[in-house]
Amino acid sequence: MKFETEFFNIGYLDTLSYKDTFVHRLDPRIKITVSFIFILFVVSFPKYELSALIPFFLYPVFLLAAGNIPFRAIFKKVLFVSPFAVFIGIFNPLLDTRVLLTPFGIPVSGGWVSFLSILVKFVLTVSTALLLIAVTSFPGICEALERMKLPKVFVLQLLFLYRYLFVLLDVGLRMSRARDARSFGKKGKEIKTFIKLISVLLVRSVERAERIYQAMLSRGFRGEIRVLKHHTLGLFDILFAVTAVAFFFLIKKVHIVNFVGETVSRYIR
Amino acid sequence: MHMADALLSPVVGGAMWAGSLGTIIYCAKQLKEQMDEKLIPLMGVLGAFIFAGQMINFTIPMTGSSGHIGGGMLLAILLGPYPAFLVIASVLIVQALFFADGGLLALGANIWNLGIYPAFIGYPLIYRAIVKQNASNKVITIASVLSVVIGLQLGALSVVLETKLSGITELPFSTFLLMMQPIHLAIGLIEGFATAGIVVYVRSLRPDIVDNLEGVKSASSGGSLKKLLIIMAILAVITGGAFSWFASTHPDGLEWSIEKIYGKPEVPEKQNPVTENLAKLQEKTAILPGYSLPVKGAENTESGPSPWPAVDPGTSLSGIVGSFMVLAVIILFGIGIKFMRRQKAKM
Repeated sequence: MKFETEFFNIGYLDTLSYKDTFVHRLDPRIKITVSFIFILFVVSFPKYELSALIPFFLYPVFLLAAGNIPFRAIFKKVLFVSPFAVFIGIFNPLLDTRVLLTPFGIPVSGGWVSFLSILVKFVLTVSTALLLIAVTSFPGICEALERMKLPKVFVLQLLFLYRYLFVLLDVGLRMSRARDARSFGKKGKEIKTFIKLISVLLVRSVERAERIYQAMLSRGFRGEIRVLKHHTLGLFDILFAVTAVAFFFLIKKVHIVNFVGETVSRYIR
Repeated sequence: MHMADALLSPVVGGAMWAGSLGTIIYCAKQLKEQMDEKLIPLMGVLGAFIFAGQMINFTIPMTGSSGHIGGGMLLAILLGPYPAFLVIASVLIVQALFFADGGLLALGANIWNLGIYPAFIGYPLIYRAIVKQNASNKVITIASVLSVVIGLQLGALSVVLETKLSGITELPFSTFLLMMQPIHLAIGLIEGFATAGIVVYVRSLRPDIVDNLEGVKSASSGGSLKKLLIIMAILAVITGGAFSWFASTHPDGLEWSIEKIYGKPEVPEKQNPVTENLAKLQEKTAILPGYSLPVKGAENTESGPSPWPAVDPGTSLSGIVGSFMVLAVIILFGIGIKFMRRQKAKM
């Protein structure tokens, strides 16, 4: 069942990416570059840093809000996805037990701080990656990759992969369902059956590729796919990039959280 | 075993990106020279096949849980090293974007860990060395299992090294290794037998797919492989250097190890106003140019008798208060944009 839901999620993110908002209209190259710089900033914080990371939430929140992306769609994915970081991080509280902070008189070990830091970094980077695809269509990303001078062959077959992803996922889903309908419990899921099923799927895929190639040839394919929509770098794109990167620099250099916190605490006192 | 952004330092992530990107460009160049246009749709469709194949799961023998194939080595056997590497990279790009497996910075490391080893070690050096023309099914099985297992072991080892070099986990190297390698041995054996089964069965259905595809003809020769390795190494070193300016403002794993080598004494300090920190930072950079030492307390040594910094509880309290305030403002900002959009839509 897990893969079925994942599958529909791809389709869902794909539909989201064809909305028409300010961030959707930005040049994909800008969005890729800024998001990448954002992630570099986030991961460049030392492992015990926690509060300084908080202002960085502004970027994913901006993409989410300005891109009109439903919060739940991203939140659910971030919550359930990629346990590796959590799995590795959970050892920190066990191994690093020296007390680092004592807020409200409660001793908190360095391990918990670094684990929380990993979690915050994880949420920031993963949500940004998901939001990037939610506000940029995949063909748009491919166009950007090509214009960022990645090899044509690579981009071409990436476009192909995406185009046939939905078709083949459907085939795989149908095969899997057909098997489930014919088997009871664990039966029918043995590795032997699996090998035969997947081999047939593979042969079918290769034959499909051969047919596709013939069809392309008959339509005049000469090793190039032309795309209709071309983005151009506009004033807004450059403005967005400059503002975003300047903002990252600012919140990295100036510890806003401490400043706000100190002012507020002083005010309370 | 997808790496995650949150476990990587910019230096390690950047270096892995450079290595992977360099390999992608090199592979594309190789393909261009011996280009068969037929390969483009085949590569794309086989990439999509990997996703579709992962929809079909199977029961892992003896455990009862279910698994699915990774497919890296299968691609290498079907397509040969250069196209296979490009397809694996593509599959990982789609996974990183749509499934959020890992993240964008970790993508470079993931392409390396899951692509380089099957495409440039497992396939040419192990599989091709064992499987000759008209090989029997038994030979193909042995070769598949061996190459998959070794490829995955190298991949797991790389994950350990990358995480350790990034200096984010507290796990000791040996424990981490003991955790990763045996698990991936088991995974490798299952994946290896599954791969072997598929190759053998497909061979009986359509022998040409397995035996006559590009892969058999263009098994990479030792010479170009050596060239590739040299290019990758140079690229990794250059970007490692370029990216270390990021490291220069804040400490990370590399600095932590450098610090260990130089044995710099720890100076406990209070975390406080920005100006004070910046002044200290400048002092430090003068002593060890390019590498600033921990600004926020001397947190980076794991061992050693250095005293743990005494942190002013007031500061940590204001850190927490400030964090929540800033977060609240950001959330309000997001809700505000959404609200304004809705108002606009109403009008």
